[in-house]
Amino acid sequence: MIKHFLARQHLDQLFSVLSNAGYQVVGPTVKDNAIVFTELSHVEQLPWGRQEIAKPGHYQLTDTSTNRCFAWNTGPQGLKPWLFKPEQPLWQAEQTEQGLCFRQASIEAHPIAVIGLRGCDLAALKLQDQHFLQGPYPDPYYQAQREQLFIIAVNCAQSAETCFCVSTGDGPEATHSFDLVLDELEEGYLMGCGSEQGQAIFQQLTLGPQVSKDQLHTAQKQLADASQQQRQMPDEDSLLKLTENLEHPQWQDVADRCLACGNCTLVCPTCFCSKQESTSDIKLQQAEQVRLWDSCFSEQHGYIAGKLFRPEIRHRYRQWLLHKLANWQQQYGRSGCVGCGRCISWCPVGIDLVAEAQILVKGTPHEPTDR
Amino acid sequence: MPPSKLAIAIHKLTSCSGCQLAFLNQGVVLLDLLNKVEIKHFIEGGINNFSAEVDIAFVEGSISTPEDLERAQHIRQHSKLVVSIGACATSGGIQALRNLSDENWLQAVYAKPEFVSSLQHSTGVAEHIKVDFELWGCPITIQQMNHFIQQLLLGSKPKPSGEKLCMDCKRQQQVCVLVTQQAPCLGPVVRTGCGALCPTFGRACYGCFGPSEQPNCDSLANQFAGLGLVSVEVAQRFAAIHSHSQPFRDQFHRWQTIHAKEVE
Ligand code: SF4
Ligand code: SF4
Ligand code: SF4
Ligand code: SF4
Repeated sequence: MIKHFLARQHLDQLFSVLSNAGYQVVGPTVKDNAIVFTELSHVEQLPWGRQEIAKPGHYQLTDTSTNRCFAWNTGPQGLKPWLFKPEQPLWQAEQTEQGLCFRQASIEAHPIAVIGLRGCDLAALKLQDQHFLQGPYPDPYYQAQREQLFIIAVNCAQSAETCFCVSTGDGPEATHSFDLVLDELEEGYLMGCGSEQGQAIFQQLTLGPQVSKDQLHTAQKQLADASQQQRQMPDEDSLLKLTENLEHPQWQDVADRCLACGNCTLVCPTCFCSKQESTSDIKLQQAEQVRLWDSCFSEQHGYIAGKLFRPEIRHRYRQWLLHKLANWQQQYGRSGCVGCGRCISWCPVGIDLVAEAQILVKGTPHEPTDR
Repeated sequence: MPPSKLAIAIHKLTSCSGCQLAFLNQGVVLLDLLNKVEIKHFIEGGINNFSAEVDIAFVEGSISTPEDLERAQHIRQHSKLVVSIGACATSGGIQALRNLSDENWLQAVYAKPEFVSSLQHSTGVAEHIKVDFELWGCPITIQQMNHFIQQLLLGSKPKPSGEKLCMDCKRQQQVCVLVTQQAPCLGPVVRTGCGALCPTFGRACYGCFGPSEQPNCDSLANQFAGLGLVSVEVAQRFAAIHSHSQPFRDQFHRWQTIHAKEVE
């Protein structure tokens, strides 16, 4: 890929060019002590010089000595809430003189350009696309926003303590699904193009000539630094062994700590479960059906035909790990984990799925009994 | 099919009367509600007919006095369904804090304690009479109340929800205060209903809506201790609005008797 240099003082051009092209810019900012993606109007809102310290059950922002705006890795959410909304009305019904009248909920989508997504976020996007678009019934709400999405990815120059994308093969470099990609250097940005739409934006920017060897070397070095990660998810073949270890005593060990709060699944950029609820006005004239984010840690997620299929926390934790890491492989051709580490830092009691998976893929001293 | 207009009564035992406001604070919607229900007894709304036969009796307040107990039994006999509303009626309320104390507060507070007639413990209504449904919350919300009535009007059995507050908190994309500020948030063991009000303002949940389904209070309390709370502080987190509910009461007693160091 040919990369060009964008000086730091010209980053705001990117915002104005995108905005002139009709996009609402969405990107990272500091809100409530975290890096949060939100609608942005100027580059000053970016998290300049900020970085997260992420550990199991812990997330804190700190100042760095750099003048970078992408010195962080992840926040509590990636792209998921922008496409798969936490609350999505599906249909309304109204009592009329001719009888009940049903209407599909309006599809609200507008062009957005998301800046700051990482390799793990793009891998998660690909998986969510598979789930929401590539089955027999594409989701119209997801689809409408997906079609109007412009992506400016960023290669990671560092990893957080919780990152393990190298072991899942999804980072730290952004290699697919973007329109533009950035490497952030001390003096500015290296910018590459990944699509025709990206090219169209690219051409309107004040870019330097092709970048120097030194700059390319620095970008490579940053990626190499980011690849130094402490955690490693077992490989996919090993993860399949989880399905053979259903009675491993470790399931109970983790259940003693697990709150079944669902935070891990809701911050996970690939989890897609939902439930539906209906509401009506008190006159019983109008009703609405809404789809809400749900989790396999909720009691009712495993409530089928009058029976709780996963009555205890160990069954729910087992469902999360088995689906995410093993059964996903049959369903979507790969593990559902992209190594972002969100479920580790945002678990209120700091349960580390990598550490748990490493124990659980090893054989159990007991024969499986309830298969 | 349910009757076209439900006959209801709104009763009060020992309580602050705040939950009954879920009826009065509806604004104009109250007029629509009155087309669907007929209120037979509601002292706060000026209707006094304590012994009316009704389809649904909403009971606010805890069983705190001998008179509360008698009235609860009387209500049961005159109502097809009994629904407890609010923290007091579901778990004994804030006044149930007295259940945790060995001291004789009555002596300490009142000049002539012999004039005060109260039971030793403040308890939820379901500990004494059969209760058909419970609406948890301190106070309950208008939405909660209306959703419940709508389900009955439609002839469906109201579905109890014990979903954890974290689920709602995350749907609203609030940043977790437990993870970023080490604040002792009860969200992972508390039922949703408030719309994650406290986390929205950067505060830890106090537990107004009572224990959720599958509350792993042991683990959450251990985490609080790990964040630096001393045992008495951990105990106090669980001894607030729903101190008499079983899981919170157990946690209170556990932390009264153990030292934080033993857990680490
Ligand atoms: S399982 Fe955890 S680390 Fe893997 S993608 Fe989901 S949130 Fe990220
Ligand atoms: S891991 Fe759980 S919440 Fe996530 S997609 Fe699978 S079943 Fe759904
Ligand atoms: S693993 Fe952590 S975040 Fe997930 S349900 Fe259990 S306690 Fe909650
Ligand atoms: S702030 Fe409280 S309710 Fe919200 S996710 Fe964190 S622990 Fe749960």
